[in-house]
Parts: sequence; structure tokens; C-alpha cells
Amino acid sequence: MKANRAASGQSGEACAASPRRIVPHAIYRRLGDRVFGALVLVLGSSIALLTVAMGLVLYRQGGAPIVRDGFFGFLFQTTWNPVTGEHGAWPFVVGTLITSFGALSIAFLPAIAVGIFSAEYAPRRVAAAINYLVDLLAAVPSVVIGIWGIFVFAPWMRDTFYMPAFYWARESAAWLLPVLGTPTSYNILTATLLLALMITPYTVALTRDAVRMVPREQREAAQALGSTHWEMIRMSVLPYARGGIVAGVVLSLARALGETMVVAMLIGNSNRLPYTLFGPAANMPSVIANEFREAVEPTHVTALMAVGFYLFLITFAVNLIAAYIQKRLNVGGRIL
Amino acid sequence: MTLRFRHIRDYAVRAVLVLCTVCLVAPLLVIIGYVLVNGISALTPAFFTEELGSPARAMQGRPTGLFHSIVGTVVIDLLALSFAAPVGMGAGIMLSEYSENPLNGPIRILTGTLNGMPAILMGLLAFSLVVRPTGRFSAVAGSVALAFVMVPIIARSVESVLRTTPWSLREVGLALGLPRWRVIVSTVLPAARSGILTGVLIAFARAAGEAAPLLFTSFGQNYLNLDIRRPMDTLPQRLYSLAISPYQEWHAMGWAAAIVLLLFVMACFLAARALSRAHGGRDA
Amino acid sequence: MRIPAITNANRRVPVAPGLMVATVVLLLTVVPASVEAGGAQETDQPATQAARDAGRPDVDVEGAGASFPAPLITAWADEYRDETGGRVTVNYQSIGSGGGIRQFLEQTIMFGATERHLTDEQIEEIEEKTGGTAFNIPITLGSVAVTYNVPGVSEGLVFTGDVLVDMFRGEIETWNDSRIRELNPDVELPDLPVQIVHRSDGSGTTAVFTDYLSKASEWWEEEVGFATSVDWPRGTGANGNEGVAGVVQTTPGALGYNSLVYATLNDIAYGAVVNRSGEPVLPDLASTSAAGDVELPPDTRVSITDTPAADGYPIAGFAWVMVYERLDQNRAIRTRDQAEELSRFLYWIITDGQEFSEPLDFARLPEAAVERAEEMLSRLTWDGERIGEEVR
Repeated sequence: MKANRAASGQSGEACAASPRRIVPHAIYRRLGDRVFGALVLVLGSSIALLTVAMGLVLYRQGGAPIVRDGFFGFLFQTTWNPVTGEHGAWPFVVGTLITSFGALSIAFLPAIAVGIFSAEYAPRRVAAAINYLVDLLAAVPSVVIGIWGIFVFAPWMRDTFYMPAFYWARESAAWLLPVLGTPTSYNILTATLLLALMITPYTVALTRDAVRMVPREQREAAQALGSTHWEMIRMSVLPYARGGIVAGVVLSLARALGETMVVAMLIGNSNRLPYTLFGPAANMPSVIANEFREAVEPTHVTALMAVGFYLFLITFAVNLIAAYIQKRLNVGGRIL
Repeated sequence: MTLRFRHIRDYAVRAVLVLCTVCLVAPLLVIIGYVLVNGISALTPAFFTEELGSPARAMQGRPTGLFHSIVGTVVIDLLALSFAAPVGMGAGIMLSEYSENPLNGPIRILTGTLNGMPAILMGLLAFSLVVRPTGRFSAVAGSVALAFVMVPIIARSVESVLRTTPWSLREVGLALGLPRWRVIVSTVLPAARSGILTGVLIAFARAAGEAAPLLFTSFGQNYLNLDIRRPMDTLPQRLYSLAISPYQEWHAMGWAAAIVLLLFVMACFLAARALSRAHGGRDA
Repeated sequence: MRIPAITNANRRVPVAPGLMVATVVLLLTVVPASVEAGGAQETDQPATQAARDAGRPDVDVEGAGASFPAPLITAWADEYRDETGGRVTVNYQSIGSGGGIRQFLEQTIMFGATERHLTDEQIEEIEEKTGGTAFNIPITLGSVAVTYNVPGVSEGLVFTGDVLVDMFRGEIETWNDSRIRELNPDVELPDLPVQIVHRSDGSGTTAVFTDYLSKASEWWEEEVGFATSVDWPRGTGANGNEGVAGVVQTTPGALGYNSLVYATLNDIAYGAVVNRSGEPVLPDLASTSAAGDVELPPDTRVSITDTPAADGYPIAGFAWVMVYERLDQNRAIRTRDQAEELSRFLYWIITDGQEFSEPLDFARLPEAAVERAEEMLSRLTWDGERIGEEVR
């Protein structure tokens, strides 16, 4: 773009007082428009290209197990044994589903609550502070949360919950022991809790925006009927803001599906199908992060790429839904 | 349903909302607190001037630090930005200014979609497109992966910023007889400059914190390296390695690295906010 | 009507990009220069070495692989950098034995390190691709300690191979089982269930440990096998040495395995294992080195678990560096200088470098291994020249 500006050789500054109209050369006009338009189009479609490339490359590189076992065959196979060469994605798909939906179910109500509080209840300064902190939470790199999780949160969870529960179960409820497993604290529950914390900002932000956009007339209508603050919100604001809230929740889900580092550091990394929340597991991004560099056999590498492909499909679908909802309901495009 | 009941309910709801807010905000403050407290002791001058070397260095008390990781982070992120900024801005301009283009709708949706995709997939893509063909891990591969992360963010923010510039700007250009491209370049873009910069800063901060895509692209390096065709160390990926290592001294350095990362992200974040407030106040 | 003039006058140049650029320029020029200067001052090399090194270009060597020998290899890298006056920088990234092998096969690194030597198939593949073989150069030895957490019992509990197999298998369920008591008549063993802890990530430590278990029990060999990552019959998986150590330390009744270096570093109780000669041997530097002091094949690709050596610890293994015989065929090695320096570094490792092993709790290579290693290194070639001979 800068090259275009320089190449033209003519200054664009208007001489508003001059009686002579500047007539740009036709080539300058048409060629410039053509070139710029083409350039912008190419750059813009690179986004589409990027998405397509991602899907294509992952499929090409990871296609072998999918072709061999079938799309659903590979997906639902439960053994992941690099030694014997059997690879199935199901343990990680289950891990992903449990952690993401688990985190979502823990986080979405509090997040909506914070959004409503910030937009409706809090005095301006407090709301500004809350918004700032929530945005900051979204900005904290996940490795930082991960290191805090490993050295502070997981030991704390172990000492406060897991160990006491384990000891108690050993004395009084031995049948619970298989469920509680060994209290290592690197398990699904720990990872899910931290994940829940990390995904709240997206819901908070979109809820806040959606609530703020509710027109005054709606609120006044409810207030005119003599409603309390909460009743007004429940009756007139929330239904109106429903779309934005849903968009926020779906966006949080999308983020939860793809979170890699925190999960890789805290979930215990087991390749078996998880059978308890207190036991180790893995999700799709974390198994790729953990095993990709180490995979020796070519089948292992392609299996990991195949897992990446499934991850691509799932996150693409969820993000598409979120983007669609946002577009339909015209909620502001947040950069978060 | 007495009035009294409704008032109590109102009060109760407010209490719950406040509780939720505290439960959300408190952990963040706790995290930041722990990072600062645990890391501050390892933030020695050596941390900023020495390279990592071997764990023996740390265990034997010899000088060791993350200078090379900090430099590597700056180099890789700036390189990524140089790849991503033109592409992102071009995409943003297209989405905002050329809305008659039939590709506009799909690309807008795809931008929004890409925005939320896991960064590790970008790493896998960069691995396949750069590492495999060139046969080596390199800083360039890492930059490409981060560029993939940055592009949708920049595109989205550029688009929204350009949309908020008043139409009168374009009218001015058109009234002067400027061609369309000139209108965009000379009237719209300069007016949106701080907004664009905000978006770029945010994308930069986001990408700077990503570790997953760098694990198998820029790999890792224990010494200072400025050759972008070879592996280079970065703070987030090094932080991960330090955290899962078995050495106490390295854990301490990991906390210090977390401080540096956190401060860096917060600085970008604050700069972006300051810029957007300035932009908001300056209506053309 | 006043048209707003969009001139340079009222365009404010944002400070931020300018500052960023200035900072980067500063960082990229001033600081590396001072680092170079600082690095060069660090050495006090003898005059002859300096004379020999004069005129040789700076070389970067890239390697990756097992995490077990990583502290030693990176310490060697540090020392070697000083030795050569900052000229040769060896970058070693610890990504696991499996990773080392894979990156070595894909030729993205100049040398790999592993606790599991290359298989015959892998060597065949390399011979087809490059016309030369790949050497497994032993660089150190490591032991796997059997770690446990039994309240009231300190270090030194005695185990045998089949007792271990049965514990890991679930046939022995409590610590006061008769077979364990038989081996430890003087120890008060509580009625505590055995909680097995194993690695969930791929690891050379696992490979060595399962290799020993496979030799100790046919059942294990058939049902589980040995590899960097296996399908354990029971137990909890933990990530990395520290993961296993963490679980063992906090779980009464836990039984796990760790590299010896790690166990001693973190003060975890570990036991003695009865070796082939019938002696219960505690893992330490001496018994580890002794385990390797056996008849070695020329390519040293051998497992030394269940060693015939009289005072050798039975769960030990070599750590190898893998390097292509025909260095020019390795895509990662681009210049003759790199090949030369790599060979030189490898020689240094198995000779002078062994000085640094024991202070870091790694066992020295026994003479037999050093001989074999030197022989292999002398066969390294670059474009047909026996570069290995040259650098001796």
C-alpha cells in the first residue's frame, strides 16, 4: 500500500483554494484501483486459504489412519498404544468433551453473572475495574496459568481436597477408592477448574456488551410496571440479550476445546479412556503437544496429525456456530 | 408473591452477583500475586544477561539466565508481525471497504472462525509447511506459526476500526476526485491509525504468550542465536520446559520468566487501552 | 465549507512503533556484541589450543533426545564451549528418547541421544538411505532406581526381578506379602496396599526398566513387553520423572521407578535389586559403571540389564549418541566444519568429558565401552574422507 502511494508520484493533498481541478491520469486511477483491489483481495482471501490449508494439510498428513480405520472407526477406537501401533482417538475426544463441557458448565453461570453485574449493577468505576481485570485474565498467557497450576493450585487442591478425601475413603468408604484413584492432583478435575477460570472472560465480555445494547425503552417498560431491578433484568433485558449471551458461551466453549498448555501441564497425561474425574486423562490438543516431538514411528506421527484433523473439525464447527450467532445477532465484534 | 419477598429476592440476587464477581476476580489477583512473589527473587541481573546452558549451571550456582529467550521472543514475534500485519490489514481493509465483493461474507465468517482455533493447529500447519520441507526447526517456522495466530486477530480489529471511521472521511476523498484506493490509503487509514495499532498490539500480545505452536517449530535453544534459520528460544516455550523440569532452580527461573511475560503482556495491553481511549476521544 | 486538510501537519506519529523498532535495533546490535565480548573473555585456554583454534570458524551443533542424559550433555556443551573459547556451541534439547530417534531419522538434528539403541530395522533403513550405517556411541550409563514410600521403612529394601514383576502385575498386593518379607527379614513391613506408579509419557527410563522386567519374567515379556511407553497392567501414570516422584512421595504404599540421578536429587527412598550373581545391589555410580563393564559387541548395541557383572546393578543401561557414519549424508550437517567439530566434540565427550560425569551423579564409561566408541568414531566420514581419524 505504501509502495502504491510512493509509486504514484502525485501528492494527494487537495488544494482546496486552487481554481484548477486536479485530474489524475486515467492510468493512475484505474490501474491503481485494480492493483490495490487485487492486492487487498489476495490478502483477504489468504484467510480463507489459511483455513483451507489447515484442513487440507492435516488431512493429507494424518489421512492414513482415517482411511484405514474409517472416519468413525478411528474416532471411536479406544486404544492408543504407540508400542503396538494401535491408535484411536476416542480417549482424547472424551477427554476434550469432558474438560470443555465441564469447564463450560462450571463457568457459564458465574460468567453471565459477572457480565450482568458489570453492565447493570456496578457503579462506573467498579465496572471499569472489573472489565479491566476480566480482560486481563483473558490476556494472561496460558503457560503462566499453567505454572501457577503446577506449583500452587494442584498442591493446594491435593492438600485441601484430594488427600483428605482419599484418607477418609480409605477409612470409611473403601468402595469409593477406585473412583478417587491416587491423589496426584494432576487429573481432569484440576485441569477443568482452571480451564473454567480461563474461559470466563469471553462470556463476560459478550454478555456485558449484549446487556448494554438493550434499548432503554425495554427497561423503562418493565420499570413502569413496578419491577425490581432484578425483575427488570430478567423480564426485559435478558431475553433481548439472549443472543449475545449465547454467542459468548459458544465462544468460551470454542476456547475451552482448544486450550493446550494448561491442560497438558495439569491433566495427568494418560492415554487410556478416562473413567473418573479424579484420574488422569488427556485431551486432543494436549496429546499432540506432549507426544508430537517424541513420536518415533511414522504411524504415531500420522495418528497425531489425524487427531489434529479431528480437533480442527470440532473447533471449526463450534467457532462457525459462534461466528454465525454473532453475525446474526449483530453483536459487536470483540477482538478478544 | 409479596413485595417484601420480591425485595429480598432482589437483594439476594445482587449478593450472588457480587459473590460471582469476587470469585472470578480473586483468582486472577492470586495468580498475579504468586507469580510476583515467587519470581521476584530469580529476577537478578544475570537473568537478563546470561544464557541458559545446562542445569548444572543453575545447580552449582553459576550464572544462568534467560537473556537468549527474551531476545528470541522479540525476534520471532516481530518477524511474525512483519508477516501477519500486511496480510491482516489487507484482509481487514477488504472486509470493511470492499463490502460489495461476494467473497466478503464467507471471509468474514472464516476470520471469526479462525480467531478461535487452537494455536497448536497453527503449529502443526507451520510444521508441515516450513519444518518438513526445509528439514530443520527454525525461528522462521515459529514466526510463521505465530503469524497464523496473529492474522485473524489483526484482520478482525482492523475491520471493526475501519468501520467506525465516519463516512464523511471517504466523502472528502471522493469529493476531491481521488481514486478509490487513494481514498482508503490517504483518508481512512490514517484516521484509523491508532485503532489499527491497538489491534496490532493486542494480536502481538496474544501471540507472544503462545507456547504450543512453538514446541515443534522453533524448537528451543540453550544459547543465544540470531540466525533465523536455526532453532531459537522463546519465553513461553522455555517457561513450559522449565516448569516441567525436575530442578528447583529452574522452577524459580520459570516464575521469573512468568513475571517477564506477564509484564510484557500487560504493557501491550495498557498501551492498547491508552491508544483506544485516545482514539475514542479524537473524533475526526 | 471547510474541507479538513489531511496534511502531515496534523498527523501525529505514534511513539510506540518507533520505540519498538529502536529497542529491537538496540537489542540486536549492542547486546549481542557485548555478549560475544563477554564470552570470549571467559576462557583461559593454553597457548597451543588457541593456536590450533585460530582461524577456525564458529560452529553450531544441533542435537536433541533423551531427557535422562540431558543434564550431562548440556553440562558438556557448556564446558566444551569454554574449552573452544566460545567457538563451538552445542545446542541440546531434551525431548525424550523417542524424539531423539525420530529427529535423527528425519535428519533435522546432527546427533541424537537416546536410552534405547537403534533397532536393526532402523539401521537398515538408514543404510538404504545414506549408504552408510548409524553409530550408537555410548556416552554414559544410567540406572533406574526402584522408588517407594513405605512408612517406617527407609532406603535399601531388597527386591528381586520376579517380585517386582508380580508387584507391578498385581499378583503381590500388599507390602507385607511373604515374598517381600522373605527378602527383607529384618524390616517391619506394614499391611499397606501396593500402589503402582509409572510413567505416562514416553521415556528411556521406562524402556530400561521394562527391559529388565521382560528379562525377569516371560509373562511380562509376552504380555507387556518393553518400550519407551507400554500398556501397564495397573497403576497410575504420572508425567515425567518428577511426576512419578511426586506421586510416590505423597502416596503411602507407592511403588514406582525413577532414574537414579533424579531419585538422589530429590531424596526419594529406593531399594536394592538382586542381580544375576545373587547379590542385592544398591544403585550407585560404582554399581552402574560395573554393570557396563562386560563384553560388548563392536556396535555396543546391547542391553545391559540383568548384567552378568558380579557387582553390577541389574537395572542399568547405556545412554547413546546416534550419529550417521557418512556425515555428509545427514541433511542437518551442512558444512565440513560442522562435521569436523561434531566429531571432535564426540571424541571429547568419551575421553576428557568423562571427568564431568561423576560430579553430576552420572557413571563413567567403562574402558571396554570407551574403546568401542573410539573405534566407531574413527570411522566417521565426510565425502569419503575419514574425518574421524583426523580429529583424534
